[in-house]
Amino acid sequence: MKKILELKNVGLTYQTPKDEINAVSGLSFSVNEGEFVSIIGPSGCGKTTVLSMIAGLIPATGGKIEFLAKKERKDCIGYMLQKDQLFPWRTIEKNILLPLEIKKSLTKERKEYANSLLKKYGLYEFKDNYPSELSGGMRQRVALIRTLVFSPDILLLDEPFSAIDYQTRLSVCNDVYSIIKAEHKTAILVTHDISEAISMSDKIVVLTKRPAKVKSEFFPGLSGETPLKRRELPEFSLLFEKIWKELN
Amino acid sequence: MKHESFSVNRIEYLKKRRKNTVTVHVLRIGLLLLALSLWELLAQFNVIDSFITSSPSKIAVTVYKLFAEDSLAYHMGVTLYETMLGFLIAVALGYAVAIMLWWSDTLKRVLEPYIVVLNSLPKIALGPIIIIWCGSGTKAIIFMTVLVSVVVATITMLGGFLATDKNKVLLLRSMGATKVQIMTKLVVPSSVPTFISMLKISIGMAWIGSIMGEYLVSRAGLGYLIVYGGQVFKLDLVMAATVILCVLASLLYGAVALLERKIVK
Ligand SMILES: Nc1ncnc2c1ncn2[C@@H]1O[C@H](COP(=O)(O)OP(=O)(O)O)[C@@H](O)[C@H]1O
Ligand SMILES: [Mg+2]
Repeated sequence: MKKILELKNVGLTYQTPKDEINAVSGLSFSVNEGEFVSIIGPSGCGKTTVLSMIAGLIPATGGKIEFLAKKERKDCIGYMLQKDQLFPWRTIEKNILLPLEIKKSLTKERKEYANSLLKKYGLYEFKDNYPSELSGGMRQRVALIRTLVFSPDILLLDEPFSAIDYQTRLSVCNDVYSIIKAEHKTAILVTHDISEAISMSDKIVVLTKRPAKVKSEFFPGLSGETPLKRRELPEFSLLFEKIWKELN
Repeated sequence: MKHESFSVNRIEYLKKRRKNTVTVHVLRIGLLLLALSLWELLAQFNVIDSFITSSPSKIAVTVYKLFAEDSLAYHMGVTLYETMLGFLIAVALGYAVAIMLWWSDTLKRVLEPYIVVLNSLPKIALGPIIIIWCGSGTKAIIFMTVLVSVVVATITMLGGFLATDKNKVLLLRSMGATKVQIMTKLVVPSSVPTFISMLKISIGMAWIGSIMGEYLVSRAGLGYLIVYGGQVFKLDLVMAATVILCVLASLLYGAVALLERKIVK
């Protein structure tokens, strides 16, 4: 498999008026093309910081982040944040076209592609509705499609399910996973939910307390087709226990 | 609306609510009528001195007289013109300054103490300076109106801009958005409710400014009528002008509220 992203000894120190906060230090891991990688670690350990650095929103203060994709970084990365962050004054269609407007690449083909994604994932009939008229799960799917419209290679997902109630979460998790797989995307998911990480990932990177570095890596590679089915496998609970111990 | 789909309880509830609304309206108008008739009666039977307190009938007659000699429309027009122009300038200026302060954090920090001082300063204290600078005419009144409204307009709008959801800014930045794009695609549309409150606050402030200005310098307008009426002890005129002012102010406020319903669905 081809590497698409590599972090080498990456560090980040935040400067604030009061003091400096060493959030990430000596962090190294790599991501292969088409891989689903989860980053898991205690809250406040620096997970969001790692994604922000990968997205290029904050420059690393140490080490190196290498991209092996052909495109420019901002066109190669789609960032999905906690909560859907849909704009309430825009219709669903206008919401998913937002990245194209920002990148000034709102061509007819792109628009058609966006509409085809809406159709494919059962949201086309809601394209003229406003986000407040959709359920939490549907909004999350819209948010994912918004990230997909400009065909990024790598998706960064920062605890995208944490604002959703448990029942919906399981099915949204399934939906998001199948969309990402169907579109052949590489994904990096930040979560603090061990089951979520195991059921979705090819690889799990466990981080230490702040400053974050890699504590250990796991390769679940469970055979079930969907995250929901994988939760029932016997390996699932074994792995759960192992990672649980790593974290505590 | 499908009526047949309502449950009995729902119909009960709606009936009760409608009845309550009717009661509120009746009481509201009743209160006004009661106060007016009490005032009128006390004045008619000389319990109170209508030379000092005026009376509803006298006020009505005065309004009609003003109307008949065409000076009502004139005075209303003058005040309305000053208020509206001052209001529009203040809103535009306040919005523009708020954008600049949002744009540059340094500028915001530099200007912060000045804005605080300007905000807490009673603008009437600047009356003499304004008269010397702008003369004692319409210009001075509009200047006063702008001065009274613009600071609050700026502060309100800036508050709205700064309250923009940080995560949404982050989202746009991850798409590679420029600062102008963050402004136009996110900050401006998300602060529309604040803009409406800013309009409401500013229209109120503009009235204060224009009437205060007319007290100081003018030879026309409702504020002038009030001051003039006070000086020659024509309480009927003072009251009449005040009533008209009340009506005008409510109409303008209503216009803004209507705009709100149009924009914010
Ligand atoms: N912009 C910032 N300035 C200063 N400190 C920050 C900033 N963002 C995050 N931090 C600090 O860095 C640490 C890691 O934060 P974060 O990456 O958000 O953690 P996580 O996502 O794992 O919960 C926290 O202690 C947080 O307080
Ligand atoms: Mg976080």
